Amino acid sequence: MVKFNAKNLNIWFGQIQALKGVSIEIQANEILSVIGPSNSGKTSFLRILNRLNDLHPGFKMTGLLEYDKTDIRKLDVEVLRKRVGMVFALPLPLPLSIFDNVAYGVKMHGERSRQKIAAIVERSLRQAYIWDEIKDRLNVSAFKLSGGQQQRLCIARTLAVEPDVILFDEPCSGLDPISTAKIEEAMLKLKKDYTLVLVTNNVKQAARVGDRTAFFLSGELVELDRTERIFTAPADQRTDDYIRGKFG
Amino acid sequence: MVMRKLKEFVVEKLILICGLASIFFVVLIFLFLTKEGLAVFKSVRPADFMFGRSWYPISEPAQLGILPLIFGSLIVTLGAAIISIPIGVGCAVYIAEIAPLKIKEVLKAGIELLAAIPSVVLGFIGMVTLVPWVKSTFNLPTGLTALSGSIILAFMAMPTIVSVAEDALYSVPKSYKEGAFALGATHWQTIHRVLLPAASSGIVAAVMLGIGRVIGETMAVMMITGNAAVIPQSILVPVRTLTATIAAEMGEAVVGSEHYFALFAIGIVLFTMSFIINVTADLFLHNKRR
Repeated sequence: MVKFNAKNLNIWFGQIQALKGVSIEIQANEILSVIGPSNSGKTSFLRILNRLNDLHPGFKMTGLLEYDKTDIRKLDVEVLRKRVGMVFALPLPLPLSIFDNVAYGVKMHGERSRQKIAAIVERSLRQAYIWDEIKDRLNVSAFKLSGGQQQRLCIARTLAVEPDVILFDEPCSGLDPISTAKIEEAMLKLKKDYTLVLVTNNVKQAARVGDRTAFFLSGELVELDRTERIFTAPADQRTDDYIRGKFG
Repeated sequence: MVMRKLKEFVVEKLILICGLASIFFVVLIFLFLTKEGLAVFKSVRPADFMFGRSWYPISEPAQLGILPLIFGSLIVTLGAAIISIPIGVGCAVYIAEIAPLKIKEVLKAGIELLAAIPSVVLGFIGMVTLVPWVKSTFNLPTGLTALSGSIILAFMAMPTIVSVAEDALYSVPKSYKEGAFALGATHWQTIHRVLLPAASSGIVAAVMLGIGRVIGETMAVMMITGNAAVIPQSILVPVRTLTATIAAEMGEAVVGSEHYFALFAIGIVLFTMSFIINVTADLFLHNKRR
């Protein structure tokens, strides 16, 4: 099943064109890795999927982008963002307790029953593989957690509002290898129930977790294929150069 | 090499002197105020001074109770706060979050202009427009009331509140806002559940600074509050503030008299009040940085 369908997508920030004629389909329950050097448009691509680019003054878009066969511009933006959650590069806990961080979005969307909220919080923390580490100190400030734990807390917070797709914007860029491994493990388990899009600067990470990998360069989608093909026999010379570390 | 070091030394000391000068002057002012003010307690007990209900400084014997003046200051300040805080914070939210770029610039210029109006001009405008309006609207014998003072002072507090609160809202990391949007929050939910709480210490500081300005304001209040040193029973009666008392009576008080010392003692009370307010504001601003 196709989750996102983009046809000839162009976007601009003021005069600068960030994406040029990108056509791509994102399948349900896959992990799509998106790689490319900086300024390649990979983050702009990610942020258009939940319309976070709209916050940028001077943002403009042409072409087609469908989520579950509906044009995203016809969807209510809050509904879209609830269905398409996002985990940012820097873990961003709110200045609240661990429990309240996860409960926050749930309450915001109108859930009042304490029991239900507690159940959702526990389920989300388990899904993000952090429950066992913090279950005894849910009332501690989220800032007391390590960076890796904070990032998994943010994943739990995203999961708590019951999304369908989760976007990861370089989620491990500030983390140590062990924390990175835990987050990758969580992602691989999550793809059973969710569709994941992972933007990463770490080519090896893309290879480890992605089912398919897309390579962006200067706003164009150069190549999209099954991850093992991209990393063993890429069709485009530029892809080959990038994954071998010749530029970027 | 030696020259360079010497230059360095001289400049360093010069800057040190500049820094110390301001503290030195504050200490001098404080000492002078204390010396002159405390002299009143030779003839009046501190409790009678603070809680005395009548202020008749030139009757025989003089009655020097400043409770009506404290109440006058408090009621005018409270009224100004009630008017200016919601409008000021609302304006800051609008400028920082909602307004399109052009409107934002016009509004900011307007706020700065409001801050630039001298208080005597505001008092004058209040006297000829606001005072008659209050009189006819509430059907009062006089429009020179605490309410009139509160409204004018609200205008004076607003620029401070708006600009400091707006700064506080701007300094909330952009990522907080994006995080809230990414969870599917509406714009209003983002503002009142994420931005306002995150900026709360800065907003409290803005409010305190605004109130600090109101409580020390003299000219406009003196012109439009009616200057009756009576404990106010409502906001629709004339009152007299601590500041207006000093300004109005200092000219006619005999130097070295009980009355003269009492005015300085009022100065100490005022100084203490605004000191507490400023320190509170500072604590909140400091809290924000942490």
